Amino acid sequence: MRISIFITCLGNMLYPDLGVTMAKIFSQLGHTVDYPDNQACCGQISFNSGYTEDTRAIARNLIDAFEDSEVVVAPSGSCIGMIHHNYPSLFENDPVYLKKATDLIHKSYEFSQFLVNVLKQPDLGARYKAKVTYHPSCHATRLMGIRDEPLTLLEHIQGIEVVPLPEAQLCCGFGGTFAIKMPVISEAMVQEKAQHVIDSGADILTGLDMGCLMNISGYLEKHGHPVPAMHIIQLLGKGM
Amino acid sequence: MSENKPYDMQEALDKALKDDFLRMATRRATDKLRHQKLDAANQLGDWEEWREAGEKIRNQVILNLDYYLKQLIENVEKNGGHVHLAKTPQDAVNAVQEIFQKHNAKTLIKSKSMISEEIHLNPVLEKDGVEVIETDLGEYIVQIAHEPPSHIIVPAMHKNRDQIAKLFEPIAGHSLTSDTPTLTKFARGKMRKKFLNGEIGISGCNFAVADTGTIAMVTNEGNGRMVSTLPKVQITLMGMERIVPSFKELGVMLNLLARSATGQRLSAYTTLYTPPRREGDVDGPEEWHLVILDHNRSEILGDPDFRASLRCIRCGSCFNVCPVYRQIGGHAYGSVYAGPIGIVITPLLEQDYEKWGHLPYFSSICGACAEACPVRIPLHDLIVKHRDRKVLTGQTSAIEHQAFRAYRYYFTHPKVLRHFVHWGARMQFVFMRRGRIVMGPPPLANWLKSRYLTPLPRQTFDDLWPMLERRLKKIELQRGEQK
Repeated sequence: MRISIFITCLGNMLYPDLGVTMAKIFSQLGHTVDYPDNQACCGQISFNSGYTEDTRAIARNLIDAFEDSEVVVAPSGSCIGMIHHNYPSLFENDPVYLKKATDLIHKSYEFSQFLVNVLKQPDLGARYKAKVTYHPSCHATRLMGIRDEPLTLLEHIQGIEVVPLPEAQLCCGFGGTFAIKMPVISEAMVQEKAQHVIDSGADILTGLDMGCLMNISGYLEKHGHPVPAMHIIQLLGKGM
Repeated sequence: MSENKPYDMQEALDKALKDDFLRMATRRATDKLRHQKLDAANQLGDWEEWREAGEKIRNQVILNLDYYLKQLIENVEKNGGHVHLAKTPQDAVNAVQEIFQKHNAKTLIKSKSMISEEIHLNPVLEKDGVEVIETDLGEYIVQIAHEPPSHIIVPAMHKNRDQIAKLFEPIAGHSLTSDTPTLTKFARGKMRKKFLNGEIGISGCNFAVADTGTIAMVTNEGNGRMVSTLPKVQITLMGMERIVPSFKELGVMLNLLARSATGQRLSAYTTLYTPPRREGDVDGPEEWHLVILDHNRSEILGDPDFRASLRCIRCGSCFNVCPVYRQIGGHAYGSVYAGPIGIVITPLLEQDYEKWGHLPYFSSICGACAEACPVRIPLHDLIVKHRDRKVLTGQTSAIEHQAFRAYRYYFTHPKVLRHFVHWGARMQFVFMRRGRIVMGPPPLANWLKSRYLTPLPRQTFDDLWPMLERRLKKIELQRGEQK
């Protein structure tokens, strides 16, 4: 299979190791990996702020970048959720791009979903000894319906103990521009989430979306309770 | 009363966030309701099927509202009731005032009605010299406290037993212990006398059955039943979309409502009554008025983007899952309807973004509300839609517009973006301490107030890819040779 990496803007700029590990995993499983370098961002930041016209331009750029791809995989439930949940309405009056967007929807996946449901290869032979807790990010679960896939991946990492995160369903307060536009509410939300992470007793916080993880761990660090946050891909990367 | 002071968002948020009790109480109450709801929903088997049925019924009503309204009005009038169509809240208030004047009535007993909050009825009647008695315990508590309800189902969610005892004491004239039996007994005793003396009763309406003219009202205290049977003159307030076609659909909707609101299979009292009293009836009002409020619901109906919000059955389940409501409670929104549904409908009912434009930002777009909604209103999508409309109608700041124009430029020009990121990676050291970004210019400063930020690495994935690609190609080749 020829797999195109959609690194996402956050992944590209802040967490490039996500892409490196993804590429290595897919290659190891015998697939060809490519990276269309015209890609930039799914447009969620402007979309959620109401700037639909700006979002369309960004979305068209992304759609074009992956036009020739066979499958597209991203290290984020949120960005894939943006494509699946919002692109159809974004292009409802543009038949050309609606068609292209629909094609992209049919061939794009979040990483854990792709590995577990499409490739059906949850066991990568990874070993990593740690007690982790998993934060189910809102868009991965609610927009993409991803619930068991990441847990399946974690189960197959030898040495990992998964401890439950209390009130896991609560949003961490990131919400893209929400954290900046409504800082006091966002802070109250991340404060509670951080407390739940501490209460879980885990050494590492893991999840599918770097935005949420960056938010929670950024709060924990600033307040002197550093529980490192690692994307599931990073856990796999360390363990392989 | 707080209502007279203009709303200040920052002040309201600060007040709410400093109120540890409010936040703890809200968390505790919403958690309890949420868990109860999940249990009650699971008991039904396929909850999703029920939600779909609910959505369908509500859509059927809304898309044919003219038909069902006409049918309802005809049946109510046939039964001998008086219908008042109120285009605006003022019209509704006027209709009620006229009824009071006609009977020269000075006492009102009320059971819970969000419409009466929406039209701000109590202060007007009180000014007219009417004694207004809220008979729902929660409403009674917030009435004494001179506060608006903080939750549409649990109006006094933000008060604990000690605070309630303190509120009751001046009325009782002696000290009260703060145990629940004492407090409810006090309120009950107080209420009983009022029930018997109330000249006019006002109650809300959960659903009006179009083909019979029946009103369905759910309560857990039985007060609704007292209000709807004792006074000779009665007024029912309803939003014009709160209709079900027949009893067949009512069964589905009551199931969805009770389970979603409080996690009950049925509310303790589900009152179905078809006033006014007819010959042979043992109770019920001799004169009955149904006030049907539009208040821009027609506008919403004509607006395909937001029409789905009219499906709402006011169960409050979106409040109970909302992580924002959980932190700030209901009053900080500044609107009669708080929570996710309040964010969506307030700017529409008031047709005013200037005053209510802050509401659409009281959401992290986490989607918990839409997931919980028993009639599948895509609440978080509608919240984004409001933001969209604010942008389109020029009600967001010029700076924000510029910021998103820049975002658009950079994120459609990946090569330029790359240079920009490299520049950032070189310059960021001025904001860093111990390997973390700890300070920065606005709007980043808002983030950094409570969190650190990971610094930009020297190389983006764009930079790493060419070498990675070569390595992967080599491995692939070797693998091919081995085969």
